[in-house]
Amino acid sequence: MTHITAGFMEYEALNKAVRSMEDDQITIEQANGQRYIGSALMDKHLFIKGTAGNALGCFLDGGTITVYGNGQDATGDTMNDGKIVIHGSCGDGTGYAMRGGCIYIRDSSGYRSGIHMKAYQEKQPLLIIGDRAGSFLGEYQAGGTIIVLGRNQDGRPPVGYFCGTGMHGGTMYLRCDTLPVSLPKQVSARDAVDSDKQVLSCLLDEYCTIFSFDKQMLLASHFFVLQANSAAPYRMLYTHV
Amino acid sequence: MGINYLYPPFEIIRNQDRCIACRVCERQCANLVHHYDEDKKRMTADESLCVNCHRCVSLCPTRALKIVKTDHTFKENANWKTEVIEDIYRQAQSGGVLLASMGTPKEYPVYWDKMLINASQVTNPSIDPLREPMETRTYLGKKSAKITRDGEGRIITSTTGQLKLDIPIMFSAMSYGSISYNAHKSLAMAASELGTFYNTGEGGLHKDFYQYGKNTIVQVASGRFGVHPEYLNAGAAIEIKMGQGAKPGIGGHLPGSKIGEDISATRMIPLHADAISPAPHHDIYSIEDLRQLVYALKEATRYTKPVIVKVAAVHNISAIASGIARSGADIIAIDGFRGGTGAAPARIRDNVGIPIELALASVDQRLRQEGIRGNVSLVVGGSIRSSSDVIKAIALGADAVYIATSALVALGCHLCRTCHSGKCNWGIATQNPELVKRLNPEVGSQHLVNLLTAWNHEIKEMMGGMGINSIEALKGNRLMLRGIALHETELKILGIAHAGQ
Ligand code: SF4
Ligand code: SF4
Repeated sequence: MTHITAGFMEYEALNKAVRSMEDDQITIEQANGQRYIGSALMDKHLFIKGTAGNALGCFLDGGTITVYGNGQDATGDTMNDGKIVIHGSCGDGTGYAMRGGCIYIRDSSGYRSGIHMKAYQEKQPLLIIGDRAGSFLGEYQAGGTIIVLGRNQDGRPPVGYFCGTGMHGGTMYLRCDTLPVSLPKQVSARDAVDSDKQVLSCLLDEYCTIFSFDKQMLLASHFFVLQANSAAPYRMLYTHV
Repeated sequence: MGINYLYPPFEIIRNQDRCIACRVCERQCANLVHHYDEDKKRMTADESLCVNCHRCVSLCPTRALKIVKTDHTFKENANWKTEVIEDIYRQAQSGGVLLASMGTPKEYPVYWDKMLINASQVTNPSIDPLREPMETRTYLGKKSAKITRDGEGRIITSTTGQLKLDIPIMFSAMSYGSISYNAHKSLAMAASELGTFYNTGEGGLHKDFYQYGKNTIVQVASGRFGVHPEYLNAGAAIEIKMGQGAKPGIGGHLPGSKIGEDISATRMIPLHADAISPAPHHDIYSIEDLRQLVYALKEATRYTKPVIVKVAAVHNISAIASGIARSGADIIAIDGFRGGTGAAPARIRDNVGIPIELALASVDQRLRQEGIRGNVSLVVGGSIRSSSDVIKAIALGADAVYIATSALVALGCHLCRTCHSGKCNWGIATQNPELVKRLNPEVGSQHLVNLLTAWNHEIKEMMGGMGINSIEALKGNRLMLRGIALHETELKILGIAHAGQ
């Protein structure tokens, strides 16, 4: 394990230093919002103490980033593979256009989390948020899985407004007793049944182990499953000239 | 269904004396216009399906065919023209947004055609490009304003790469999906041979084309299709697509019907799912946010690739460009509103945005005034049709130009403007394998190489005539241009004098 103290280092220097380290286990102490940490990395495990800045792990292509603290905006932007674990909360645009790997957030996440998430064959991204997500969760979602657990929401919908706007693929699981108000018409919601719970149980396994959450307790509650009505929602919109 | 009010716009004229009923036209027309009438023993046609693409005309061995505009008309009306009335019929019948393709066919001023180029006489000798060296090579990227040296006095060269262009012309973004595999391959091969670049568009990069990486610009748009580290590192530069001239403010939407197996693999989305790239990048609401993406891409590629930001030419383009020039981007690409598209809402294509000539002139002027012109290179596109358009663009301040429609025309496109139907009879804007194989990439790339080689000769000749021997000396040299039939405001924006002045 190599240690590096970020303090007031500029992000460019910090990221260069991280990249040039031979050790594949690196701890960054005193992170102060430096951007792009772990950008396009593929084979290291970074442990970040403090606050990771915008675009943490953008284009990540493997390996693991663990943050003991909060992330800021665009965590895991367009990530392709690997894992990001946040022992805290994240800002807006978490997992923007994520196409593989997983992001585990212990607490909450801001607006537009999981927007443009996509999947292709074995590339099946997974975003799990422990408490609550802001508005526009899963906007234009085209694939992959988003789970919001609402751990401190007492059964209220753990999302803001316009959840799933423009959704045309993938799945969202929301742990709550009532549906979010005004779900857009592209999205259909149903109660999770046993087979869904089995899927959830697998998906939540690693997450619950990492954060020491009681998986069975979570699974015992009610979940909604949100999916797109159509993979081609805009087909009827046009007439040709 | 009700009555169909739309009368076919074209007539198929078949000279029955010449027609040998070989049925080539029938096999060639993907719109199923022609068929053989067994009873009458001759060819017939359903002209209502014809889009006037000339495929049948070009392949008819006896030249028996021609397509003419119908002379059937509404009662003449300068305000309520045929197309206006027909569009209303279409929308009243379907309730749909009018979808069109290629650049706007409307009659807007083309400023390239209202500018004339200078030549030397007597006092400043012209140069003969056949005898003397003439430089059309140019480099795109940030140019540092001052020279910095290390401890031993050696010049510190900038870390971000420059794009080296042997000719100041690149092929602009057309995604694999909007155009065919063979069209992409033609562009890639031609770019390699010409020492310039083609652009993947927002559809990812087909695995077969990674070999052309050093002549490839990879694009990142809001949908981020097929974007991953390997893709970003495959090209010579990365272009962030913020806008497109034909449809400013509108995103891309490749319908699920066009997402076949290969495209699905390249875009990394399931078969037949819509590919939606909304207009905004939902993480970009300011220049500061743009800067974040620019540097995210630079970090991801370890500062080895220049980053291009492409925007549509819109009303306050010079202020926007000034922001982009401060965002860390190395190159700004501006796309004028006459630029082409594989599909766009017709009303937007025909009404939103401004001509590239005016946008270019005002951006170059503004960046100079602010002392930041060297921060970025300027690339312009949006209907560059000839070498003289290229010369004029460079004299107005461009570092290089982007062409797309011209390139497709070189590949055989007949500008029938029905790319959105996916049935391009020339194998360009289609994914139908039967149609795609009509375009031979070897022949296609040769045509592109021929076209740009010819343009390059013409550029050299015109430069020689002006007594200029390098693109660098022509850049922003507005004294070489004069306006013709332009009024004062236009001249002022273009920054040129009127002919005779
Ligand atoms: S659509 Fe093209 S190929 Fe078909 S009839 Fe018309 S011109 Fe000929
Ligand atoms: S690319 Fe094909 S469909 Fe599009 S305008 Fe050209 S010939 Fe017509």
